[in-house]
Amino acid sequence: MTDVSVRVNGERYDETDVEPRMLLSDFLRDRLALTGTHVGCEHGVCGACTVLVNGDSVRSCLMLAVQANGAEIVTVEGLGSPERLNALQAQFREHHGLQCGFCTPGMLMTGEDLLRKYPLATDEDIREGLSGNLCRCTGYQNIVAAIRSAAAMRTEDEP
Amino acid sequence: MKPAKFEYVLPMTVEAAVEALVASNGEGKVLAGGQSLLPLLNFRMARPAVLVDLNGIKGLSYIEDRGDCIAIGALTRHRDLEHSPLIAARLPVMSAAMRHVAHLAIRNRGTIGGSLSHADPAAELPMLAAFYDARISVRGPAGHRTIAAEAFFVDALTNCLEPEEIVVEIEFPVLQYDGWAFEEVARRFGDFALASIAISIRRGRSGLEDARIAVMGVADTPLRLKEAEQELLAMELDDRTADRFSEVVASKVSPNSDLHASAEYRRHLLAQLSRRALQTALAEGMSRP
Repeated sequence: MTDVSVRVNGERYDETDVEPRMLLSDFLRDRLALTGTHVGCEHGVCGACTVLVNGDSVRSCLMLAVQANGAEIVTVEGLGSPERLNALQAQFREHHGLQCGFCTPGMLMTGEDLLRKYPLATDEDIREGLSGNLCRCTGYQNIVAAIRSAAAMRTEDEP
Repeated sequence: MKPAKFEYVLPMTVEAAVEALVASNGEGKVLAGGQSLLPLLNFRMARPAVLVDLNGIKGLSYIEDRGDCIAIGALTRHRDLEHSPLIAARLPVMSAAMRHVAHLAIRNRGTIGGSLSHADPAAELPMLAAFYDARISVRGPAGHRTIAAEAFFVDALTNCLEPEEIVVEIEFPVLQYDGWAFEEVARRFGDFALASIAISIRRGRSGLEDARIAVMGVADTPLRLKEAEQELLAMELDDRTADRFSEVVASKVSPNSDLHASAEYRRHLLAQLSRRALQTALAEGMSRP
């Protein structure tokens, strides 16, 4: 049993007696009650559990909670609130970028990382960037449109 | 879908990591980026008694220019290779291949030492190691040794390491080239390759003076095709060269059929990719002074 201290969405959590085999995804959901992070395939294929660890998107099912000790984590709960959506969430609403919503947390966290790291000049770039996230409603068209629109707004915002 | 119990060890030095592996009596497993190992643990296809996490070790993540080669620390993440200006300038084939390595979130965690150790026959980094004739440095109880990529990959998902050995560094010799290309087909962008080829060429007074060719997805290990390299050098350069070359490459491999593609389809893909790759490399070679 190990202690794990993390900051999640700006808040500090000190958890004791964490089993080394506990996945970060289960730690977020079961220990911290942050159930916005969804668990789909648990082997790194579906992307539903994607969160930001120290600013980079990672599959939380492919990382042990103990490995996150000392890390700064952002989950979908940290992006915005129902009253105040962040820029990308607002575009998902605008373009109807979700149907059942199961893949949405992973799509949003991946989208945040993509918007920061890549120019996303073409739809092909966006589709390539999203290739690790599955939407079984197959609502990809609108998800791509939402990210395209967020990318365009990001460019406008820059000085 | 959850890992079985294990003892977790977080050593701060390579020596301590080797000691922990020795102490585990063959029941230990090394954890680097975890992007191949964690799925195996979650499925309980791997059930190590001891998990030795290398991520506490400082100084294993670097990309260093050593003149005739580029040295890469074993814990260097895929995204660092993808975005490195040094890799882009000195190892352009690697640079082009990196965006095909899985997906963004995987590239953020996965490491070169981990990918080589996992030895997937359809993964880009093992293929690049074969292509560049990389030298893989490992540390174990008996000390340090360096292994040629050709000897490192033994079979699908099987390398030549002893259970207590850890990859610490990989040296990629820099190739002189006039043109190069990297081609890959996967079922979904970022998935493992169904077939892929990397090529670089040097032009001589007439024809080609040097060629380097490696393929993956068509055998149990990545392959450097030395015979095809020699046959390419002997070819006359005309508008049928790429066609002849594609037949030569396809004749050198005996792919397996699986759920994703039949053997014939993989061979067909490789032939098409080979034609395209040589055309690209030759076109680039023409445009250089």
